[in-house]
Amino acid sequence: MIPAPFEYVRAESVDHAVALLGEHGEDAKLVAGGHSLLPLMRLRLARPSVLVDVDRLDDLAYVREAGDQIEIGATTRMAEVAASEVLATHNPLVAHAAGHVGDPQVRHRGTFGGSVAHGDPASDPPTVLLALDAQMVVRGPAGERTVAARDFFKGLFETDLGPQDVLTAVRVPKLSTGTGWSYQKFHRRAIDWAIVGVAAVVERSNGSVARAAIGLTNMGLMPMRAEGVEAALAGAAAEPGALAAAAGHAPEGTSPPSDTNGSAEYRRELSKVLVRRALEEALAR
Amino acid sequence: MHVSVTVNGTRREADVEPRTLLVYFLRETLGLTGTNVGCDTSTCGACTVHVDGQSVKSCTMLAAQADGREVTTIEGMASDGELHPLQRAFHEHHGLQCGYCTPGMIMASDSLIREAGHPLAEEEVRIGLEGNLCRCTGYQNIVKAVVAASQEMHGAPASA
Repeated sequence: MIPAPFEYVRAESVDHAVALLGEHGEDAKLVAGGHSLLPLMRLRLARPSVLVDVDRLDDLAYVREAGDQIEIGATTRMAEVAASEVLATHNPLVAHAAGHVGDPQVRHRGTFGGSVAHGDPASDPPTVLLALDAQMVVRGPAGERTVAARDFFKGLFETDLGPQDVLTAVRVPKLSTGTGWSYQKFHRRAIDWAIVGVAAVVERSNGSVARAAIGLTNMGLMPMRAEGVEAALAGAAAEPGALAAAAGHAPEGTSPPSDTNGSAEYRRELSKVLVRRALEEALAR
Repeated sequence: MHVSVTVNGTRREADVEPRTLLVYFLRETLGLTGTNVGCDTSTCGACTVHVDGQSVKSCTMLAAQADGREVTTIEGMASDGELHPLQRAFHEHHGLQCGYCTPGMIMASDSLIREAGHPLAEEEVRIGLEGNLCRCTGYQNIVKAVVAASQEMHGAPASA
């Protein structure tokens, strides 16, 4: 399986990438680690006429503190995100999820920003970012803008990125010490996508749940928040019965796919189980 | 386009189509057929090589993206006629049956052992090789071989 022919240009900077995307029109695609795009091109599900390569923009490869947030550069490899001490201290959820994407070889090449920009509802980082109310930093022809995760993911492989936009960084909050977290990824083999995934960020207060944010992977056309669960948890007692009852709301408003890994019905049931496990794990941390 | 890649310590130059994948550059342009193509979809790990020292699946990287970088394949592991500790361990522990996954297993294991910086426990090997499939299902001896090689590479006393 060989991709259809394309023209290849290497961007020397973010601004150069923006200019190249403008020059080559809507048929041009950005590539970095290539672990989302190249498989699609090999299957000829994607046939860009021009690839603009940002793989070597090493100035976008970093994880650093930025006030009360952590900023992750778009070309930071999954392996670097997973091993980041800054994230281990301030937001272990992001590092944990990055460490469960693919396998070691995939994480050596795949970039954090690439996964986010690709907008695959079966991918783990977008769900985690949605649950964390992360912010995406985007550079385009009109300059830089910041987009909330909630407004960034728009549909199947569809994001707020315009044809000339480059995602340059992602900002996530520092989690307070009282905040528990979990990412539950249910899959058969390491290299498989999540059949269903659940991200949970839970703030505790005197034996009850002050606030919970729950993200769902592969339960619709884009990563989703389980709003029914979140509403049921607000002020709820942090005990098994209440958590299980709240988890029962997980499939509300979702439209999961049916495929060889499971039917939509199966995924709806699975989402309840994984939300419960995620809540239990988050509260135990 | 023109690419210049240092492969197993030797600078190799060639004109390739932009769509040339690294594994086909290695196998067909350079004739280094030790790296196998298994699934062709970045699932099985048979095509694992090192790029700048890190394991990658060469079926999911463009040759153009390896331009200017250092690539090591299974052909580059033995030195001066001496097998690499991993190669020797796979031999001694019967870590291969048909052998098709072996180059990828060895390249993935070497990267894993160097990154860990310490001798690996069995569980670490199993998790670390999750991206490499053996169709003979010969995992038990593969894991034994990698554990043994990791002890040798990190200077731990050999266990029985």
